[in-house]
Amino acid sequence: MNDTWDDESAENSDPTGLSRRDFLGMSLVAVPVVGVAAANVKAARPAAAGPPARAVAAKAGLMPVTLNVNGQVRQLRLDPRTSLLDALREEMDLSGTKKGCDHGQCGACTVLIDDRRVLSCLTLAAMASGHRVTTIEGLAQGDRLHPVQAAFLKHDAFQCGYCTPGQIVSAVGLLKEGCPGDAAAIRECMSGNLCRCGAYPNIVAAVQEARGGRTT
Amino acid sequence: MNPFTYSHANRPEEAVAAVAKNPRADFVAGGTTLVDLLRLDVMTPDALVDVNALPLARIETLPGGGVRIGAMVRNSDLANDPTIRQRYPVLSEALLSGASPQLRNMATTGGNLMQRTRCYYFRDAVSPCNKRQPGSGCAALGGFNRIHAVLGTSEKCIATHPGDMPVALAALDAVVHTRRPGGGERAIPLTDFHVPYGEDPARESVLEHGELITAVELPAVPWFARSTYLKIRDRASYEFALASAAVALDLDRSGSRAIRAARVALGGVATKPWRSREAEQVLTGGKADEATFRAAAEAALKGARPQRNNEFKIELAKRTLTRALATAAEIKV
Repeated sequence: MNDTWDDESAENSDPTGLSRRDFLGMSLVAVPVVGVAAANVKAARPAAAGPPARAVAAKAGLMPVTLNVNGQVRQLRLDPRTSLLDALREEMDLSGTKKGCDHGQCGACTVLIDDRRVLSCLTLAAMASGHRVTTIEGLAQGDRLHPVQAAFLKHDAFQCGYCTPGQIVSAVGLLKEGCPGDAAAIRECMSGNLCRCGAYPNIVAAVQEARGGRTT
Repeated sequence: MNPFTYSHANRPEEAVAAVAKNPRADFVAGGTTLVDLLRLDVMTPDALVDVNALPLARIETLPGGGVRIGAMVRNSDLANDPTIRQRYPVLSEALLSGASPQLRNMATTGGNLMQRTRCYYFRDAVSPCNKRQPGSGCAALGGFNRIHAVLGTSEKCIATHPGDMPVALAALDAVVHTRRPGGGERAIPLTDFHVPYGEDPARESVLEHGELITAVELPAVPWFARSTYLKIRDRASYEFALASAAVALDLDRSGSRAIRAARVALGGVATKPWRSREAEQVLTGGKADEATFRAAAEAALKGARPQRNNEFKIELAKRTLTRALATAAEIKV
């Protein structure tokens, strides 16, 4: 297998000719009414507690927020309640950063702010204004994977893949912070990222490899 | 999540004025507690004042040898500061035992003093809770209360203070500096900063509305270099304490192992960072051995009152403190 994940060929290998992303997109288009209704129910407080979130949002008003993400500067108008995570995923189409628990307990939403790993779910988008945000999409240089990405592929450091962007960004942050190289230390330094598939041994191996700068 | 307006403050006095003028306004720093509780509808401010840009992010050694920690210093920077590691290891260890690297990169010194409890009934936004909704009762008293407090509880609230850093600061005689609404500053000993729950569990500190933490100061005490933090929890990492102990020992240099002075604070078992002067009294003048340490632990937990599911915490806290003291006694300074 190559060192790099060939996204296009993998997606197009489906005999229907539909990529996974195309299919998900179609599903959302096909059921917009249900989708919006569900979102409102989820966002609102218990039924009797108040008006739906969107009505409340209109009342609160939007504020201008300038975000610098992966070197691109974007000017957005956001509800002040918008998390950095939601701004990335919903406003900037950067869906690589994942929403797991949305409460700072799983690490799936890890991004770098000014090169330090933080949780984008507990960061309001407005708090990131004036800082450099780096997401999983900003790690590779063109077709050249970041060494941590390459190490995760080499060591098969994932199963379902949902926590993987957070794991990889967290590991990039770890390398900048410095962390001893033994497995126990790596586990402690990566303790903020949960993996429900239990790919931990391979994640530790991948981080160790990336840390050592080995390429084989 | 309740709607709120959002603004940045560039100077402490701006931040204080902006929050003081609105009874429903709040400061936001790292956001690690506040944004979580906003999303749970447990906290419902209608205005947030972002204090992240305030020039309070320095760690300075003071002329008298003490250390001044700016309120905006991040937990990770404080934990890894060479002066803190060398002169106040208990503080560094407490910080590194808390949360995860991501959260420590976000959480601030000032904000961490304002961390809210992990009581599930407080966090669920619907159960009776005198802390969240004064007068509504306490679901934890008759509920599942394995993680709850055994020290400092009242008939109205048994919520555990969740912090690690404040426990170390309580042991180190830290002083919290604030700027008050209407001008003026004050200095509050850390041990007086958090208040026992008593009649009003919603009140967790002596801060008045709009009062801003600007710094925490540590005194120059050479023997604080012989200090350590021990945290016992359900998981090896990324978990709140079931019991923790912050200790410092001043041992006689002659080799007699006499204890000249001691500092003891407990976490995970009390409604506030729990300084135990009772334990310190037992230790002072005693010999640094297992029997003395155990006697100190007995004294520290003497007033403990268990709930249905947390009686184990009393013995756990005693053993935690005993082991922490034994570890501290072996530290070479």
